[in-house]
Amino acid sequence: MEGTGKLGWSLIRLWALLVYGFMFLPVAVVVLLSFNASQFGSFPMTGFSFRWFVELANNDAILRAFRTSVTLGLMTAVISTTLGVLASLALVRYKVPGTNMISTFLIAPILVPEVVLAVALLLFLNFLGINKSFTLLLFGHVIFTLPFVILVVQARLVAIKRDVEEAAMSLGASPVQTFFQITLPLMLPAVLAGGLFAFTISFDDITGTLFWKPGGVETVPTQIFAMLRNSISPEINALGTVMILLTVGLPLLGAAIARQLAQKSGP
Amino acid sequence: MSSVHLKNIVKRFGTFTAVHKTSLEIPEGAFVTLLGPSGCGKTTNLRMIAGLLDPTEGEILIGGKRVNEVPIHKRNLGIVFQSYALFPHKTVAENVAFGLKYRDVSKTEITERVQSALDLVQLPDVGARYPKELSGGQQQRIALARSIVINPDVLLLDEPLSALDANLREDMRVELKRIQDQIGVTTVFVTHDQSEALALSDQIVVMSAGRVEQVGTPEEVYNKPTSEFVANFLGASNILSARCTGKTAETVTLDVPLFGTVPVPADKAALIDGEGPVKLVLRAEKLLLTPRGTDIGDANTAEATVETVDYQGQTVRYFVRSGDTQLQAINMIDGHPFAEGDSVTLAFRPKDCAALPEG
Repeated sequence: MEGTGKLGWSLIRLWALLVYGFMFLPVAVVVLLSFNASQFGSFPMTGFSFRWFVELANNDAILRAFRTSVTLGLMTAVISTTLGVLASLALVRYKVPGTNMISTFLIAPILVPEVVLAVALLLFLNFLGINKSFTLLLFGHVIFTLPFVILVVQARLVAIKRDVEEAAMSLGASPVQTFFQITLPLMLPAVLAGGLFAFTISFDDITGTLFWKPGGVETVPTQIFAMLRNSISPEINALGTVMILLTVGLPLLGAAIARQLAQKSGP
Repeated sequence: MSSVHLKNIVKRFGTFTAVHKTSLEIPEGAFVTLLGPSGCGKTTNLRMIAGLLDPTEGEILIGGKRVNEVPIHKRNLGIVFQSYALFPHKTVAENVAFGLKYRDVSKTEITERVQSALDLVQLPDVGARYPKELSGGQQQRIALARSIVINPDVLLLDEPLSALDANLREDMRVELKRIQDQIGVTTVFVTHDQSEALALSDQIVVMSAGRVEQVGTPEEVYNKPTSEFVANFLGASNILSARCTGKTAETVTLDVPLFGTVPVPADKAALIDGEGPVKLVLRAEKLLLTPRGTDIGDANTAEATVETVDYQGQTVRYFVRSGDTQLQAINMIDGHPFAEGDSVTLAFRPKDCAALPEG
């Protein structure tokens, strides 16, 4: 009996390893090949080199795309977080008629396939006679990062007792002072996490961006996509490594900061 | 320090009436308890005084001034919540100093007043700690310090002891009384716990289903209940059907099945206006069990059998049966308690009873 149990567990462990391998090997290959000295972005490796990172740093198109992505991501994060915090406050703290419906509508962009959302927004703006622009692109990104911010902030806000705010007001703080002195500091970890979510999602996005971006504007993902159409340059591997660092590293960093803050202030 | 006056207050939530027309006067410096089961409207009243709820009708006056339109942060009240409601991201000293920041108080004075408030609640050395590093009882003391450091006109306590465990609750009760005596602030205390109410209050307001049942000193509401609800809510009572057969200036004479003629003192039967059906209120701790055949003297007696014995250490609670009637008695233990099935004689003195009108 025990023997078969052990064997069963071994098989499960092996299976888990295979799943991890399936998920992460391609990523590992990209990172590995980005240090390949060869001028082809594939195996066999001929030596270790930072050459492609240097070329990347000298590629104007990519640098421009990178700047666009960062600007877009930061603006999306700021706007989404502000709107998300305000919406969560309204939904959790005040009696708004139709709270459930509003909440569902705000979360809906997660459920609708991105392509559908992308086409819909485009058609809608066409209908209004508005041309594609950076503002439109930003608008689109806000629409589908907002639900994530709301989900995170709402969850935290529900856990902040109304008593604490009432106590602050009874001591003489106006509602606005209470928000900045009590509510905001207590939900700060969630606000930061929401902002980071918004930034990474925006930075990563390609589907919506392809539909919405005006001519001549490229973000990092669309730039990679464009480069792939010509040839697989080793630069793309290097760029991939940088992207992985940013999109994995930033949220991890954010989570660590949030945990630190939460530990200091307690529940 | 100020008086609080509720004038014909009504609070409705949609179609539900939480507080029916209520008027209440709380004199300056008094410790008044709103007592009742959950859902009786006591917390609603407190929240209206605090400014956390708006009354649907009526007026609230604090220190003689109408405050209906004054928002909570301008009412100068101290509120202590059941959940303590300390600010978890601020130190104890910052918590206590919070209210002073919104008042015209210099930095050095803030430090002094925070320290003296911490001294008052007997936690002088915890200023640098965070609330979660303190025990529940300590947190509640800090909450109290935070609310009195601003010299509030009125102190509002919303079940402040309910989250503490039993022993701690009694300590805090004594502490609360000491502090209130010391600073003399007008205090409105909300609780569902009758022993807290009896121990702390100058006046108790017993509430039920959004209405005030009785207002009086602890002794009055305990010994002279004016309704069956009050008689039952404050301690255990036996309510027996009886008939009033005569009334004089000193006594009201009742004819009670099992026990015979009971002359109740007139001040404990103030609501009885003449002959007819009435209720006799007999507190469980005033009903004494004695061995069959004991001579008790000037008392009403009845024969009964012990049905249930609920041993509680110092006291014992009996359920006894006499004919069709079940009665409960809470007696001090002197020697051995009675056992189930024992035949006993029940006895009580007429002056320990109260009478209420039927229905």
